[in-house]
Amino acid sequence: MPSLAETTIAALPISPVLDTRSKDLRRLVVRALDGGGRGHVGSSMSLIEILRVLYDDVLRFRPSEPKWPDRDRMILSKGHGCLALYVMLVDKGFIEAEALDTFCRRDSILGGHPEAGKIPGVEASTGALGHGLSVGLGMALAVRAQKRDSRVFVVMGDGEINEGSVWEAAMCAGKHRLANLTAIIDYNKIQSAGPTREIQDLEPLADKWRAFGFVPREIDGHDVGALRTMFRQLPFAADKPSAIICHTVKGKGIPFAENDPNWHHKAKLSADTVSQMYGALE
Amino acid sequence: MRNACLDKVHDLARRDGRVVFIGSDLSPGLLGDMKREMPERYYMEGITEQNVVGMAAGFAMEGYIPYVNTIATFITRRCYEQVAVDLCLHDLPVRLIGNGGGLVYAPLGPTHLAIEDMAIMRALPNMAVVAVCDAAEMKSFMDVSLDWPHPIYIRLAKGGDPIVSRKENGFAIGKAIPMRKAATRRPVALMSTGVMTTNCLAAAEILAREGIDTSVLHIHSVKPLDQEAVLEHAAKAMLVVTVEEGVAIGGLGSAITDVLVEALGQRIPPIRRLALPDAFPHKYGLQSELFEVYGLAPEQIAAAVSGAIARKDMVVA
Repeated sequence: MPSLAETTIAALPISPVLDTRSKDLRRLVVRALDGGGRGHVGSSMSLIEILRVLYDDVLRFRPSEPKWPDRDRMILSKGHGCLALYVMLVDKGFIEAEALDTFCRRDSILGGHPEAGKIPGVEASTGALGHGLSVGLGMALAVRAQKRDSRVFVVMGDGEINEGSVWEAAMCAGKHRLANLTAIIDYNKIQSAGPTREIQDLEPLADKWRAFGFVPREIDGHDVGALRTMFRQLPFAADKPSAIICHTVKGKGIPFAENDPNWHHKAKLSADTVSQMYGALE
Repeated sequence: MRNACLDKVHDLARRDGRVVFIGSDLSPGLLGDMKREMPERYYMEGITEQNVVGMAAGFAMEGYIPYVNTIATFITRRCYEQVAVDLCLHDLPVRLIGNGGGLVYAPLGPTHLAIEDMAIMRALPNMAVVAVCDAAEMKSFMDVSLDWPHPIYIRLAKGGDPIVSRKENGFAIGKAIPMRKAATRRPVALMSTGVMTTNCLAAAEILAREGIDTSVLHIHSVKPLDQEAVLEHAAKAMLVVTVEEGVAIGGLGSAITDVLVEALGQRIPPIRRLALPDAFPHKYGLQSELFEVYGLAPEQIAAAVSGAIARKDMVVA
């Protein structure tokens, strides 16, 4: 397997240090992994800072009123990264922390992919890839027609944007000049089968989004301060949708899982492995 | 029928601010008046069926009622996962209007022939499947479509089809309409959907001249199926014949057979299912010519019934 340096196209440094809050959130992910004995480890860990900054500093929402009409909408289109979303929903009080212990169990509200009808704060059921951007642009058109200033954020995986439907949606969002829509790509450069560069090369990725009518920006997706600053600058143009390509590390924070496609999803997680994950997050 | 349907979309949109129209790449100027009157509720998005269905879901999640229109094969096959996940899993009030149901696009060949649309749409939880028999019935249906809280697949016929529906029959999704009542206690029960009801009514006339008493039950809603009406008509029939412009697998005849087997058990009447075979159509020509190829013309329906009776494939009272 190529090293991270080889698979990273843009020469963006990835911040090596995680602060206490980032580690705490990851520990909650491990708690759910322990509860379910399984989960998309790598795909969730790469997302933590993106969702943390969105929920801490960017999105407008009311946990006591999840359908508040003037909220911002956030669709986790890469539904398999749901553990990162679940811990934010716990952190913000949409759901109880104890729900994490029931992850993937028969009567849980928290399945291996998020369901809108079951979990307060989840806008759309995702898991089948390449759906979120179209749903999000429909919402963005709808709230624009209603003259609300709500914004729509759609978080996608890099493997996910192999799907042709993503580019149908991108073309459509560009045509409608949806400045209230932001596409966020968790560009961890590893999909299930291996490095994205080998499986389905996405480069030049920023150029692709630009060509479809977006204003793209690239960022270290683990740099909390930089993410905050960038999100505050949205929309990047008054009459275009925005795209934020977040360079991330698959499995970030768990050294033995980082950049290893074998950690995309893990089943039958042993107690020892769970302890090792907690240990890595001390 | 298509004009009646789309004119009604505009009419409904004037009455109700929740109605949105989304097309793919349809005729120039289609619903031009609606586009001028309410541009924020009229969308023509190009040949992007997956996107169009997802976009409709997004609108519906925000409280709108989108009517989505393109060719039947493309609005069903091309974006099946979006229909399943974005519309049906979320149980959203989106209406999919499929142009050219069944054999309408006969000259264009198998890529454009919606032979299994009813079957695949019917298989999806929460989805209603409706095929009205003429333009007048389309108007009645569209009025009630507005408040149906679930997704609907609407199969359009060719257009210019004879008007056989009667306004006094009313219209409710999931409620079949007896279009011809039997004169005797032990009739043949024809059960059909879409424009096949027109062919069945004509077949019933032919059979009447041969002394065979026939009822015709028009099942515009293949799903939800009016089980009560099906059972009522089947229970007294010497023979049940289902007629549909689609493949037998998973279609109307299949749905009716399921109901009869489960409800009647040993008392089930003989059933003949007239439908398209498990094969892609290999001929062109006119829709009416393909009806003849597949035994769905009125004379052929009548002959299938009288043939079954001649072979004593029926319940003798």
